[in-house]
Order: sequence, then C-alpha cells, then structure tokens
Amino acid sequence: MSDAPASHDHASHDDDGFEPLEILTLPLDAWHRAKGGRMVEFAGYHMPVQYEGIMAEHLWTREHAGLFDVSHMGQLSITGENVATALEALMPAAIHDAPLNKARYSLLLSDTGGVLDDLMLTPQAPDRVYMVVNGATKYDDVAHMVEHLPDDVTLNLMEDHALLAVQGPEAVEAVERLVPGVKSLTFMQAGAFAWNGHALWISRSGYTGEDGVEISVPAEAAEAFADALVAQPEIKPIGLGARDSLRLEAGLPLYGHDLDPDTTPVQADLGFALFKRRREAADFPGAARILAEREHGPATKRVGLLVDGRQPVREGADVVDASGAAVGRVTSGGFAPTVGAPIAMAYVPLAASVPGTVVTLSQRGKAHRATVTAMPFVPHRYFRGVK
Amino acid sequence: MSRYFTEDHEWIDVDGDIGTVGISEYAQSQLGDIVFVEVPDAGRALGKGDEAAVVESVKAASDVYSPASGNVLEGNPALTDEPALVNSDPEGEGWFFKITLADTSELDTLMDEAGYAAFVAKL
Repeated sequence: MSDAPASHDHASHDDDGFEPLEILTLPLDAWHRAKGGRMVEFAGYHMPVQYEGIMAEHLWTREHAGLFDVSHMGQLSITGENVATALEALMPAAIHDAPLNKARYSLLLSDTGGVLDDLMLTPQAPDRVYMVVNGATKYDDVAHMVEHLPDDVTLNLMEDHALLAVQGPEAVEAVERLVPGVKSLTFMQAGAFAWNGHALWISRSGYTGEDGVEISVPAEAAEAFADALVAQPEIKPIGLGARDSLRLEAGLPLYGHDLDPDTTPVQADLGFALFKRRREAADFPGAARILAEREHGPATKRVGLLVDGRQPVREGADVVDASGAAVGRVTSGGFAPTVGAPIAMAYVPLAASVPGTVVTLSQRGKAHRATVTAMPFVPHRYFRGVK
Repeated sequence: MSRYFTEDHEWIDVDGDIGTVGISEYAQSQLGDIVFVEVPDAGRALGKGDEAAVVESVKAASDVYSPASGNVLEGNPALTDEPALVNSDPEGEGWFFKITLADTSELDTLMDEAGYAAFVAKL
C-alpha cells in the first residue's frame, strides 16, 4: 500500500534531492503532542493533522466546538500615521474610512491583478491595522509590503503571539465563561479582552463556516489558555485535517490551492472583496484587468462541485470536455463529512460555471461526473446579531 | 491457513491456492477514516506488486498492491456500501479481494506475523 499520486500528504523533500527546510516550533507544539495530536510538517512547522480522527473532529466542530491552533499563520501589527491609506495601494479593500474593530477579508494583489495572498485585516486605531495572513506566504507578504509601503509605515510580525480559533455552534458560549463580554461581538467584530491578566485580541470570525472566534494570545500564556479552553465540556482540540474539510464544505478558498498568483479575484469568485469606492476609483493593483474581467466575465471561474458516487476527486484532477481535453482543474476536493458525499472546488470555463451544469472530471484515468453547485455546501452559521 | 505481510502493509491469508488480501491494522490506523474503496473485478490478472485496489481516506488516496500473482476471484462487495469496515475490521471483514495464486513460492519473500510486527515497530 502506498500513497497514490493524488495524495496530498506532505512527503519529505529528502527524496527529491532538496535540502529539508528547518522545521520551526510553535508555542503549542508540546501541548499538541501531550494531547495525542498526530504532528505533520505544514507551512514550515510541525502542526497537528488530527487527534481522534478527521471525521469525528469535523462532526464535533459542527455540533459543539473545536479548538484549532492556527499559530502558523502570520499576525501583523502595522502602524503609521497613514497606514490605512498606504495599505489600500496594495489591496482592494476600503480601509481608511472603515469602522474600527471591524474585520474584513481582503487580497494582496500583484501588479497584474493576481492574488499574492488572502488575508483578514482589522483597523484597530486610525494609525494601526491588525492583519492575519497565511502561514506559507507570511514572509513573502512581509517582504512585499516592506518593499511597497512608505517608510513611515512599520510592520511587526507578532511571532510572540499564538492564534487560536474556537469554532462551532457552542464556541462563543464556552469562551464567554472564560472571557466575559465575547458574546457581545457579532460576526467580523473584534476587540481587546483579557484572561488571567493576559491581553487578548478576539474577533468573531473563523474559516469553518461556523460561529466562533479567533483569539490572539501572548505565546507565554498560550498553553494555559488552551488548557482552560479544552477544560470546557464543549471544546475539543481539532487538527488541520478537519479544518480543511470544514472550510471546503463552507465554500472558502484555500491559498496555494484554490488561489495563487495566476488567479484574479474575479476568477476566484471573490468579487465581494472589491469594495465599491475602490472599483469606482480603479486604484488597486491590476485594476484594469480585474475590472474588465468583472464587466465581461473571466475566462474561467471557481465553482463548487457535487461529485457523483462515493469516490473523492482531489486537487489536480482535470475538468475535461467531450473530447477528453482538459478545460479546467480541481483545486480542492475530498469527502465532505457533513454532506456525506465527495465535494470539490474547481476552475471551469465561464459557460460551465452556472449551477446545475454537469461536468466531467478525470482522475488517474477514470472519469467522474459532477454537478456545478452554489456554495457553501453546508450553510454558514455566522452570528450577525439578534434580528 | 497462514498469513503473510508485505512491507507496503498488505496482508494475505493463504488457504491452499486461494489468497485473501487486505491492509493491516497499522495501515488503517495511519490512513484514518476510510470513505471509499475500489476493489478489482473478478477475472482480472494481477502480477505480484501490481496496483490492485485504491483506498481513499478523508485526506488522501492510496494504492493497494497485490502481494502475489494470480487471477482475482472476487472483490469484497461489502466495501462498496461500507468502506469503514476497513477501519473497524481491517484484518477480517474489511478484506479487499480474493485471488487464485499462480505461484505459492512467491509467498516466501513475504513476512510472517512476527516479522511484520517487528517491521512496524521500527517505523
């Protein structure tokens, strides 16, 4: 038995003749091992891929609450008198006129409109923006920003902080016991809190489609705080495996898989990240190309797929036309525990992107039928306030 | 009846010239939740080491190789509806396929249970 070519397991680079990169250690490394986490290399760190099993962890999160260590991601504190306006030069979000303590999703764009990273940013003060970027891209992001931002803007990569996500329908109730006041946040609101004398930055957000919070905690308090969280009956530690299946069901793209520098926000179906004021001013990187695609339609577009049968179709499989020629590509795919069937994300020709369109996928010489479907695959349960 | 193991974590039970093939307890524990199994059709000729089946966990697809040469008698039909049998009973009800062995001397290169246990202990 061995992994087939479609496997996504991270193999050692030794076999390829590359020097293995130094694997760094995150604040909760020993904590995960003590809790029985199976550690794998991910984004340059050892991270827990699972504890008791991806399926059980996935379903627990959907029903109760899961604790995800996402400390590999880059937390940045960016400061300077005109930081908000300066950041607008690199991404299509409205920032300088945005409310404080309101998180928003944005994209770091190349000059040609490709997505260099997707990120969350929160203006914390007129001269300070908090940002969370992907782990695998964080040093490139910092280099890009240092190169393009004015000298009076300062970037601090907060490597002395862990980042914990608590996700699921019972997450906020459980966290509220430890951090009173968290319940008052609504989806994408953020604020400063404290636990046992340690400063926390908490936003009501996440990447699972569930209600929940992301908590920035000083590294020295991370273990004690993680212990306090999993002491709550609703909260279990959850690995990256279930995080991936949860975000796929939620229809959320994963950088390096569903997004890359060759992809534009319009192709990726992330048009909501192009703010109206910025579209009208056409003043973000790659604006000419992106706005033209927005008006005339991109050549290919990211869609969700329901795959017939039981066999998962994974990243790298081709979308093929009637003659068998590749016309698109699966960028994420797997078995969806909540749906109980295989699902995928793929880039398909625009004409095939309409929900209900049947497409053919080719994986390891075998054809699979799939139907384009609206995302998310599992409804989002974000808390937008009491209606 | 004797049981042999490969270094790729397949097992084969041999009864006369009929072999029953599956993956080991160790293999299923490494794969995690199994969501799909593709078993070979009856009549298919397999060489020793040929790709015979595919097992898919939530995260990854893996090939299963035939521990010996021969013709497939049947794939396990139970795995179509209940692939998780490979998790719950990998070395029993979760077998993958039965094969008519072409050359029982091929089994001499495989490990016995004690040898496989020692092999896994070093992984």
